[in-house]
Amino acid sequence: MKVLVTVKEVAEADDDFAIEGTDIAESDLEYDLNEWDDYAVEAAVQLAESGVADEVVAVTVGPERSEETIRMALAKGADRAVRVWDDALEGSFPDVASKVDLFEAVVEEEEPDLILGGVQAADTGFGATGVALAERIGFEHAAVVNHLDVDADEGIAHVHRELEGGVEELTDVDLPAVLTVQTGLNEPRYASLRGIRQAQRKEIAAKDLSDLGLTADDVESALTITSMYEPESESDAEIIEGDAGESAGRLAEVLREKGVSA
Amino acid sequence: MSVLVVAEHRRGDLRDVSYEAITAGRELADERGGDLHVAVVGGDVDAFAEELNREGVDAIHAVDDGEEFDHNAYQAAAAELADRLDAGAVVLPNSVNGLDYAPALAEALGVTLVTDAVGIEYDDGLTVTREMYGSKVETTVDVAGDRFVLTVRGGEWPPAEGVGDATVEAAEIGLPESGARVTGFEEVGGGDVDIADADVLVSVGRGIEEEENLELVEELADALGATLSASRPIVDNGWLPKNRQVGQSGKVVTPDVYIAVGISGAVQHVAGMKWSDTIVAINTDPNAPIFDIADYGIVGDLFDVVPELIDEFA
Repeated sequence: MKVLVTVKEVAEADDDFAIEGTDIAESDLEYDLNEWDDYAVEAAVQLAESGVADEVVAVTVGPERSEETIRMALAKGADRAVRVWDDALEGSFPDVASKVDLFEAVVEEEEPDLILGGVQAADTGFGATGVALAERIGFEHAAVVNHLDVDADEGIAHVHRELEGGVEELTDVDLPAVLTVQTGLNEPRYASLRGIRQAQRKEIAAKDLSDLGLTADDVESALTITSMYEPESESDAEIIEGDAGESAGRLAEVLREKGVSA
Repeated sequence: MSVLVVAEHRRGDLRDVSYEAITAGRELADERGGDLHVAVVGGDVDAFAEELNREGVDAIHAVDDGEEFDHNAYQAAAAELADRLDAGAVVLPNSVNGLDYAPALAEALGVTLVTDAVGIEYDDGLTVTREMYGSKVETTVDVAGDRFVLTVRGGEWPPAEGVGDATVEAAEIGLPESGARVTGFEEVGGGDVDIADADVLVSVGRGIEEEENLELVEELADALGATLSASRPIVDNGWLPKNRQVGQSGKVVTPDVYIAVGISGAVQHVAGMKWSDTIVAINTDPNAPIFDIADYGIVGDLFDVVPELIDEFA
């Protein structure tokens, strides 16, 4: 079985940040592997280690900078990677269908049996690409998976979906399928030194739109960010000032008034 | 143009997000000068149809199909109804199940999807307000075209109330054989402690950094006679069991006093504790959203403040 795992390099804003135009200033952003995707990579690598998967291919959409991030997926055990980027994608806010266009083209080349990705990207928080991709390519799917047991012989993924309010739904999903992975599914490993060394020799195939048989028109987004701002704080909290000792002393008074005591 | 809302239910009950989606759908229908249709798929559709008949709903379509959620049935029913009604928008809750079929529905309909809306406006076209960068900023997003699938965040629109005069009809829709089958449910979070019973909770988040540091908040909980709870990352890391998790996917708690230590206050966490009587937050980031709902806040390093607080109660 071949497993494709989608990963994204996401931007996280520093505690103090400035907004320039319709985005956070580049100097106030830090880039890292999307937390949800880290769990998807781990799930894929575990399938390889248990003999269910023969090959794990990581795929990302991102500029050259994101090679560092996708190399982390390789260091953790993915066999090789595909990185899709094109000047036409620079500076746009892609809609779901455009991202699906890109992944669909990669799926046609790779022909995976199972696609794993995170539930959502930490920066844009759409939570949609995996399920939309499944519809496009005719795969089954399950969103927000926090337990996974793949039975390759039966051709079924037995999953738990994490619903709201501490309830898990047990679902049998026919393969081939796209599963979006919730944090907590497993314990993502740290890349070993050996893994990091090996990752340097693994292939990252860079593809642009023409390599995938697409044009700039295909990935034109229906979405435009027209403003970005810090939400007005609705806070009416009493902020307790002073050094740690003073503020703890004042907080202790408040807590005693509220009836807190050991 | 008309708007179609698809209700959500689970294990025999309609979920509140259905009524919130009706409010959002009504708002959009008013702005576009159309009717508001509500679909309910599966379960006791007749009883659900009666409950969904709230003020502002023009028509309810009951689609009989099994007991539990089947994303293929929901998608097929919503697509067919959107087509028959020539709906300009389909509005769904931004829930775990909503996100299990909204993207596929938009793809099947060939329309643009916007998820997790916290505000909508329709003038010449649709503008959606949504958050980015982990709730640090809000954005307005212009959406091209005149047909959409939209998922709306829970708790942002008031639930629709009253009794409406909607027409109710059974919609005959051929539903596909599904390749995803619900086989059961599992309650998580049982065990030795029920954090929902506690009067005082000391709740710990990502700010604690290392598992070894949990001792510090355990000591604080002891000193205050409080119960220890946590936000999601602590449970994901396996540092505390699932029955300690406060939030959307964990427990909803309403203690007299809730002390958030090193918790930034993501929307999923806040959904589980915002009804606490008194909320105290200790966090290094003055912009952390937890301060928006806190009654008392200390902007400072928990590793400095918590030991002092323990001393106060020693």
